[in-house]
Amino acid sequence: MEWEVVIGLEVHAQLATQSKIFSGAATAYGAEPNTQACMIDLGLPGVLPVLNKDVVRMATKFGLSVGAKVSQRSVFARKNYFYPDLPKGYQISQYELPIVEGGQLEIQLDENTSKVIGITRAHLEEDAGKSLHEDFHGMTGIDLNRAGTPLLEIVSEPDMRSAKEAVAYLKALHSLVRYLGICDGNMQEGSFRCDANVSIRPKGQKEFGTRTETKNVNSFRFVERAINYEVDRQIDLLESGGKVMQETRLYDANKNQTRTMRSKEEANDYRYFPDPDLLPLEISSEYIEEVRKELPELPHEKRQRFQQQYALNAYDASVLVSSLDMADYFEAVVNTVGSGNKAAKLVANWVMGDLSAALNKDLLDISESPVKASQLAGLIKRIVDNTISGKIAKIIFETLWQEGGDTDSIIEKQGLKQITDTGAIEKIIDEVIASNPQQLEQYRSGKDKLFGFFVGQTMQATKGKANPQQVNELLKKKLDG
Amino acid sequence: MSISESDVLNIAHLARLEIETTDIPKYAQDLSSILELVEQMQTQNTDQIVPMAHPLNATQRLREDNVTEPNQRDLAMAIAPAAEAGLYLVPKVIEEQDA
Repeated sequence: MEWEVVIGLEVHAQLATQSKIFSGAATAYGAEPNTQACMIDLGLPGVLPVLNKDVVRMATKFGLSVGAKVSQRSVFARKNYFYPDLPKGYQISQYELPIVEGGQLEIQLDENTSKVIGITRAHLEEDAGKSLHEDFHGMTGIDLNRAGTPLLEIVSEPDMRSAKEAVAYLKALHSLVRYLGICDGNMQEGSFRCDANVSIRPKGQKEFGTRTETKNVNSFRFVERAINYEVDRQIDLLESGGKVMQETRLYDANKNQTRTMRSKEEANDYRYFPDPDLLPLEISSEYIEEVRKELPELPHEKRQRFQQQYALNAYDASVLVSSLDMADYFEAVVNTVGSGNKAAKLVANWVMGDLSAALNKDLLDISESPVKASQLAGLIKRIVDNTISGKIAKIIFETLWQEGGDTDSIIEKQGLKQITDTGAIEKIIDEVIASNPQQLEQYRSGKDKLFGFFVGQTMQATKGKANPQQVNELLKKKLDG
Repeated sequence: MSISESDVLNIAHLARLEIETTDIPKYAQDLSSILELVEQMQTQNTDQIVPMAHPLNATQRLREDNVTEPNQRDLAMAIAPAAEAGLYLVPKVIEEQDA
């Protein structure tokens, strides 16, 4: 049977505030355990939560950026369950009236395909603490520094049909929250976490199959793997006459498999009710308009501008804007190089080509690139003004990557300046032709392919420094003449 | 709608309440009569009424995003039943797993 995969994602984005959502304790990552957990976070009797102004602004920004309705009235609710890292016995969340409702995000699947993914809602809530299961005399250690950290939970529609689409959505969302400056997006530190709801159904069937929820998949690569594992598991189950159970599963990256975490029937009985400690949150339409004015240039707007301003094609532009850091890097290089659209295309090729390849190889983010924008600009300037050829530029780039420094002194030191003196190139070509009489004869008797051989020999003789266009022109003249 | 004895046990479990078996019928009856009261209220037409989120007719006040709470770990740990290495210690919780 042919199966269709249905995926919806719930993303928890940690909002980039200084203090917690309901208390004045710090949210800095990596502090000593329990040094950032105040009486409110500990859930001591008599304390009252007070909502952080900035989380409201950040959630509003997000809602506006995905074209959603920002609710002028939203309500905080208690989600009741018992777990040691949740000191109050409930998590403050939003249930019936979330702050953001409805919205959409466009994802780019490849050069020519894009797709719009619906966003059901986004609501504010507090994070729980952390359990450390190492043995403390048979007990569990609890660190409550993370308890009360503000989260925006962003729930998608079940619109994705493959792990690849899910990853594209996740990347687009990740990029968006970074653009908005509402989340640092650090997945290793847990600032951007994802739960995947996965089900399958026979192709053509309208009703959804039973879904499972796979928790806390904390990298783009793991999301793809976890979903693919889960899809295969469900297909095997159904094809062997079994049934998919609605349950929460945990992805184990080491074994690359998912396993049952808890059965949903009991755990899901959260008995939500409005939190009597918090009044309804009301925001005015003036406030919403004020926040709208603060919105930065969004990824799709930047993409359009890049296409217009730098005459880039849609694909190049979409790759460059996929991360704010990359877009900023590109623009910094272009602005330094100057000299128009031809240079912009060249810069785009370098950023998306050699630079990205080198970053991938060393598993670095562009913000950590050993070759800074100013250094790459220095290199590209010398290509543009014909001081060096593209081939030599690759060698210099390698040096910049490994040893640092600047292009001009590397050219100087290693004598890499391009040879553009026609007389000098002609002289070398004459030597090359003279020492390959046999090939010359074959070429002249019609073996055109040998032209490449002569180009190669000439470039080799000049250690790659001869200007390729000039070599081509002069060779043609000499060989044919 | 009435609450069965197994409902009572389930609710008690969710609330982590230890109850005497002999008290279960009385709880079932008490909880059922609360639901009966709700049923009685539900006979009223509330189509035009927005559900109340809070008894006070007021809205949420907000605080500035500033760190105002100092580290009071030592104070809090002093009243914890068990603590070690800066951590609160609790009995081990093990998730049921089929792995």
